[in-house]
Amino acid sequence: MILSDFNLLSIRVLVPEIILICSALIILLLNLVVKRKETLAFTGLVGTLVSAYSSFKLYALSLSGSEFMGMFAFDGYSIFFKFIFYINIVLTIFISIRYISIEMASFGEYYALLLFATSGMMIMASATDLMVIYLGLELMALSTYILTGILRKQVRSGEAAIKYFLLGAFSSAFLLYGISLTYGLTGTTNLKEIAVAMETLNLLGSPVFLLGLIFFIVAFGFKIALVPFHMWAPDAYEGAPTSITAFMSVGPKAAGFAVLGRVFFEAFGSMHVQWSSILIPLSVLTMLVGSVTAIAQTNIKRMLAYSSIAHAGYALLGIITGTSEGLSSMMNYMLIYAFMNIGAFAVVIMLRSEGFMGEELSDYEGLAKTRPVASSLMLIFMFSLTGIPPTAGFIAKFYIFMSAINAGYTYLVIIAVIFSAVSAFFYLRVVMYMYMKEPKAEVVLSTSTAMNIALTVTVVSTLVIGVFPSALIELARMSLSGF
Amino acid sequence: MLPKLFFAYFAVVIVGTSILVITRKNPIHSVLWMLVLFVHIAALYLFLNAEFLAAIQIIIYAGAILVLFLFVIMLLNLKREEMEKRFQKQWPLGVFAGMVFIVFLVLILSQIVVFPQLGPYSIQAIQSEGNLMTVGKVLYTEYLLPFEITSVILLVAIIGAVVLAKRKVN
Repeated sequence: MILSDFNLLSIRVLVPEIILICSALIILLLNLVVKRKETLAFTGLVGTLVSAYSSFKLYALSLSGSEFMGMFAFDGYSIFFKFIFYINIVLTIFISIRYISIEMASFGEYYALLLFATSGMMIMASATDLMVIYLGLELMALSTYILTGILRKQVRSGEAAIKYFLLGAFSSAFLLYGISLTYGLTGTTNLKEIAVAMETLNLLGSPVFLLGLIFFIVAFGFKIALVPFHMWAPDAYEGAPTSITAFMSVGPKAAGFAVLGRVFFEAFGSMHVQWSSILIPLSVLTMLVGSVTAIAQTNIKRMLAYSSIAHAGYALLGIITGTSEGLSSMMNYMLIYAFMNIGAFAVVIMLRSEGFMGEELSDYEGLAKTRPVASSLMLIFMFSLTGIPPTAGFIAKFYIFMSAINAGYTYLVIIAVIFSAVSAFFYLRVVMYMYMKEPKAEVVLSTSTAMNIALTVTVVSTLVIGVFPSALIELARMSLSGF
Repeated sequence: MLPKLFFAYFAVVIVGTSILVITRKNPIHSVLWMLVLFVHIAALYLFLNAEFLAAIQIIIYAGAILVLFLFVIMLLNLKREEMEKRFQKQWPLGVFAGMVFIVFLVLILSQIVVFPQLGPYSIQAIQSEGNLMTVGKVLYTEYLLPFEITSVILLVAIIGAVVLAKRKVN
C-alpha cells in the first residue's frame, strides 16, 4: 500500500541538491591532499555551476506536483529561490578567497560547509512538507552556526556562534511545537493536505490552530530576523567572518522568506486575515527598530546587520498582501537584495588587510580621495540599499510598495516610506564620510581577481536591474505560474 | 484509569527532573538527573506502543550520550561553575513570563480537537508485522527523503565538531 507510490525516477528532482552535497564531499576529501586552498574554492564553484545547470535542465522538463510522497516540489517558485542561493554562494566564494587567508581561517571545510548550507536552503525552498522544511532548515542552520564560529582565534567569532546556536535551537523548538500542533489537528504534515483538512474539519476558528500558526511565525521570524526575534542578528553578523556575514544576511533570509511564502500561501491560505494581522505589527516594528537602531552604530558590520533587519521588514510587505503580485515582488526584492548587500560587504571585506580591521565607520573617512574606485562602488551600493533610482534597490522597493498599495495596505506603505527616509541617514552617512571628510591614514585595499569579478557582477547587476527591470519582474511573475 | 495514573506519574517526573537538571549547581548532578529524565521519556514511547523507540531512547540517549556528557564534564573540571550563581538576577521575571506562557498554553490546548481519523499503523497492524520492521519499512519508503536529509545533517555536525575543535590553526 505504501510502496506503490514510491518511484525511483523521483530522485531526478533532487539532482541539484545531490550534486551540491557530492561536491562538498569531494572538497572534504581533496582537503586532505591539496595544499592550495584556492583549488577547493574552484571545486566548490564548479560544483555550484554544475548544480545550477542541472536545475536549469530540470526546469526545462517543466515538472509539476510534488515527488517523494508529496514532500518535494520542483516548481518555478523553488527554482527562482534556488538561483538566488546559487548567486549567493558563487559571490560568497569569490569574496572569500583572499579574505579568509588574511583571517587565517583558510580551511577546506569552509567551502564544504558553504555548499552544505546552500543545499539546506534549496531543500527549504522546494519542501512541501513540514518535516522536510524543518530538516532543510536545520541543515542550513547547523552549517551557518559552524561557519560563524570558524575564526577560532577570535573570541567574538566564538561568542557569535554560541549566541546564534542557542537562540537558533530555541526557535527550532518553536517550529517543532508548531508542527506537532498542526499535525495533531490535521493528521498530516503535507502543506496541501493541511489546507484541505482545514476546510473539511472547519479549523478556521480553532485557537489551537492559530497557536500553531503563531509558532511558525516565531520560528521563521527568527530566521529572517524579524523584530522581536532579531536579538541574535547584530552580534552574529558582527562576530562572524565578514564573508559569512554577507552569505547569511542573504541566503538564510531568502530561504526563510521562501518557506514563509509557501507555508502561508499553500497551507494557511484561507487564514490570510489572521496571519496578516500578526505580521503587520511585526513588519512595522522590524522597519522601526532596524532603521532607528542602525543610526547609532559605529561598526559598519553592525550597521549593515540592522539594515538587513529593516530590509526584512520591507520584504515582509510582499507576504502580507497575500496576493501573487506581492509574492513575486518579494522574490524580486530578495534577488536584488542579494546583489546589493553582497556588493556592500565586498567593499567592507576589501578594507580588511593584515593588521587592519577596517570595520569602523571612521575607517571610511576620506576614502574617496585615496581609493576613488572602491568609494564609488560603495556609493552605488549605499544608494541602492537606500532605494534611490536608478539603482536596483529602488526597483525592489517600488514594486513591493506598489503591490501593497494594490492590496489595499496604503497606510503600511506610508510607514515604510517614512522609515526608508530614516534609513537614508545612515546609508548616506557612509557616503558623507567617504566624500566629505579628509583622509586620516592611507588605507590598503586587499584586492584580487576573484574580488574584482564579484564587485563587477554585483555593481553591474545593481545598475542594469535598476535601469531595465522588466525582464526580472516578468521572470518572477512567470515562475509563480501554477503555484 | 490505571494508564492515566501511570501517565500522570511519568509526566510529573519528567517536568520535575527537567527543572532539577537546569537548577543544579554541580554539572554532574544535572547530568544524573537528566538520566532519570531520559528513562522516563522512554516510558512515554511505551505508552504509544513504540517499543523500538523506547529501547533506542535508553540505549542511545541514556547510554551513549550521557556517558559522553559525563566524560566532557570531568575533563573540563568545572569547579568555577559551582561557585557562581546558577541564574542571573532577572530570573523571577523569567519564571513569571514562563508561567504566563504556560497558563496561556493550557487555556488554548484544553480546546484541542484531535484529528479524528486514525492512521494505518494501528496496534494490530504493528503487532502482526513487528515494531522494528514497521519502522524500517516506513523510514525507507514513505520517509526516505527526510531520512537521507537527516544523514547529511549528522555529517555536517561531525564536520563542525572537527573544524571547531581541531587544535592546529594554519
